[in-house]
Amino acid sequence: MTATQTALDRVTRVAGVRGALVVDAADGLVVAEQLMDGVDGQAAAALAGSLVGRLVRTAESAGLRPPAFVHLRGDAGSVLAAPGPDELVLVAVVGPDANLGLARLEMIGAAGRLA
Amino acid sequence: MRALEPWVVQPLETFLAESAARLTLLMTASGQVVAQHGFSRSLDVMSAAALGAGIVASTEELARLMGASRFEALVHHGQRQSCMLAAFATPRGRWIGLVVFGPETSVGIVRLFFDQMVQQLAAVAPREQPQPPMLAENFETELNASLKALFGR
Repeated sequence: MTATQTALDRVTRVAGVRGALVVDAADGLVVAEQLMDGVDGQAAAALAGSLVGRLVRTAESAGLRPPAFVHLRGDAGSVLAAPGPDELVLVAVVGPDANLGLARLEMIGAAGRLA
Repeated sequence: MRALEPWVVQPLETFLAESAARLTLLMTASGQVVAQHGFSRSLDVMSAAALGAGIVASTEELARLMGASRFEALVHHGQRQSCMLAAFATPRGRWIGLVVFGPETSVGIVRLFFDQMVQQLAAVAPREQPQPPMLAENFETELNASLKALFGR
């Protein structure tokens, strides 16, 4: 099993996670995905990749270290993103009842092993 | 941004606002320009339209030879700017979009909002019959009228 597949498995095992993707932040394209029906992977990849890319550039401009984890919370759930090496980003789409703490731990651990 | 047909304006404006594209050209499959954004010279538009239509025709023929269905989009990645070329169906026939974008956006964002624009164009397109094919004797007059509409001069 590849590192990418392992990362997606670790994240999607967490309760409440509706899908996970590995995204190329530079292009906003899906590298790999495990998504439930109804989750638009192309849109999630494009928007999450753009968001993380802008946050990284903003942090760099402010003299800060790039974010290790991004949590975008909405009414019906959240989008989580963990930047990894080579401009890859591990993204998860989670429902409102998800175990966010466990999802965060799994994502930060898995994102570091993406390659 | 200028368009020959007013119903194209709103979907294209939304696309431009969301995608941060630098240049955009919408044309028919034969290379007749329908709308443009960012081009300052008519010569550039004419060249881009002709080349874009030719590339799409070539890739579609290549796909046919390979026994594949049509390619959805063709993206050239560059250091400073990139270019996406995509053909799509509209109630007015097959059109082509040519989008030039820089590092301030991404191909994923451009594709996402381009697809949304295609859906919006299909939804708002008038249902009347398309115009008849252009005749050779009217070509220059029609061309000049189109360029005047697209560049306002």
